[in-house]
Amino acid sequence: MPNTAPILQLEDVRFRWPGRTSFGLHVPNLTLARSETVLLLGESGSGKSTLLSLICGTIVADSGSVCVAGTDTAALSAGRRDRFRAEQIGLIFQQFNLLPFASVQDNILLPLKFAPGRRNRVADPVTEAARLCNDLGLPDGVMSSKAGTLSVGQQQRVAAARALIGMPPLIIADEPTSSLDAATQTTFLELLFAQSLAHDTTLLMVSHDARLSNQFDRVIHMDEICITERDAV
Amino acid sequence: MIFRLALGSLIARGLTVGMTILAIALSVALFLGVEKVRTGAKASFADTISGTDLIVGARSGSVQLLLYSVFRIGNATNNLTWESYRDIAERPEVDWTVPISLGDSHRQFRVMGTTQAFFDRYKYRSGQALVLRDGAIMDDLFDTVIGADVAETLGYDIGDPIVVAHGLASFTEHEDQPFRVSGILKKTGTPVDRTVIIGLRAIEAIHVDWQSGGQIQGQSTPADVIRQMDLKPQAVTALLVGVKGRLQVFGVQRSINEYAAEPLLAILPGVALQELWQIVGIAETALIGVSAMVVVTALIGMMATIFSSLNERRREMAIFRAMGARPSLILALLVLEAAMMAALGALLGLALPYAGLFVGQPLIDSAFGLWIPIEAPTIRELWVLLAVIAASAIVSMVPALRAYRMSLTDGMMVRI
Repeated sequence: MPNTAPILQLEDVRFRWPGRTSFGLHVPNLTLARSETVLLLGESGSGKSTLLSLICGTIVADSGSVCVAGTDTAALSAGRRDRFRAEQIGLIFQQFNLLPFASVQDNILLPLKFAPGRRNRVADPVTEAARLCNDLGLPDGVMSSKAGTLSVGQQQRVAAARALIGMPPLIIADEPTSSLDAATQTTFLELLFAQSLAHDTTLLMVSHDARLSNQFDRVIHMDEICITERDAV
Repeated sequence: MIFRLALGSLIARGLTVGMTILAIALSVALFLGVEKVRTGAKASFADTISGTDLIVGARSGSVQLLLYSVFRIGNATNNLTWESYRDIAERPEVDWTVPISLGDSHRQFRVMGTTQAFFDRYKYRSGQALVLRDGAIMDDLFDTVIGADVAETLGYDIGDPIVVAHGLASFTEHEDQPFRVSGILKKTGTPVDRTVIIGLRAIEAIHVDWQSGGQIQGQSTPADVIRQMDLKPQAVTALLVGVKGRLQVFGVQRSINEYAAEPLLAILPGVALQELWQIVGIAETALIGVSAMVVVTALIGMMATIFSSLNERRREMAIFRAMGARPSLILALLVLEAAMMAALGALLGLALPYAGLFVGQPLIDSAFGLWIPIEAPTIRELWVLLAVIAASAIVSMVPALRAYRMSLTDGMMVRI
């Protein structure tokens, strides 16, 4: 029986940064199905990064529930939540966020270090990292290169390989194409979609570029799912 | 892998990390260097005389007597008469005596008049005897045996002539009675290396034509005539005394100190050395304190470096968090990083004094008369290194806790 339960479900989530009364976020409901590709659009300052942090569990909602793969992350201890994130979520950032002094291989294998379950899903991590590099169009021999020496496009592919290794059920990409030119942007997205499809992964991509809308299964606007509470005291 | 990444992060910030390591290394080197010089100086002093029960001289301070008689530092306030010397030497409790007569010099080196007994009885560093490197001890009245440093510094060899100067800083020389180098001693690491040794009778011989500190005008007795003279010394500067039984030492000391014929002082070399350490103890403590403060300053510098690097490393920490690292790992990484810097600095700091000693050992010896041995690190030094590493880990907790809190509040979406 295929697992049809949603990969992500937010119910009546409320959050306010400690010490900051001027901005609060309220998400009444957000659900992502498995294998779905979703584009989350929103203006700068609309709370996208806060929402992603809530989904990833690095911050915990003041109220409501955030369920990833059927687990309420708020119910986990901080340590278990960190490990759970590493097991279930692959992350791609706008600025790639690779460790520039580390090799491509070390960067790709980093999440496996903190997620034994994800590590066990891979027979041979080094071979898998090399395969992902190859599938994402990175040149041969790139594995031993320092991440900081790669081009912008190559760094973003390494970031994608890092998110994909160990086949996490949810990939979150935070404006991953904003640093890329149009041609590289298209190629990168095609590769990302292909890999997500191949691994039956849900892709939640955040952007403020509405032109990407037609490439996703579903498009959500921040103002549709979130009520930002400004100047509330 | 985490260790490798921490190391990679350190290497990526090579310049600032290198400067921090250098600062720690220099401070540790200073601390250990001071320790080495301090313990080396103590050992060097303590090793200078061994097996001598008492040192006897004219009444003055015990430290002063020790310094001028053994270390050739400072001068005697007075001499003791030959009669007093003979009286002490003939006591039934006394096993042996070595009379020494100081006051003249050759170039910057002290000249010491003594007897054959000096070569038989003088012992240093746990009972080692003097050994000749070349030649023989004095046979003729105008023979001299020189220490290793005298020979090396002045380039003397067997047979070379030596003219003794009158007094310690005098331009008047006993040039009409030159000596001949008959023997050169092996290096001892003691003031003997910097001493020109002549016979006690020779001291009298070179002063035959002298009166009241000056040469009698136009008078120069030929050497052969002097050799035939009865050159009985009138006085000596000090005596090294060996007592037959250890229990008799204090009795002999007391009776010499109460000697009626002239005011004398008998000291136990070890006790006088302890007095000397007490005198220099305050300066010693201050020196250790200053060098410890330098280490503390370097550690605070390291803390400042970690603090200043925190902002530029927020992304690095956010990446670790995003990949599933617990905040405690961020804390551990920074502490590990500090410990690695301190360990490298400490090891470098340990090596520096050895390198310095390897190059500077003969220079220190010739300049200060201190022979500081090159020995394996002591347990105390290793504890110092461990303490520096532990202190760095503790000090780094301050920025590490800040990084820990930053990693909690930044989450993983930090954009810098």
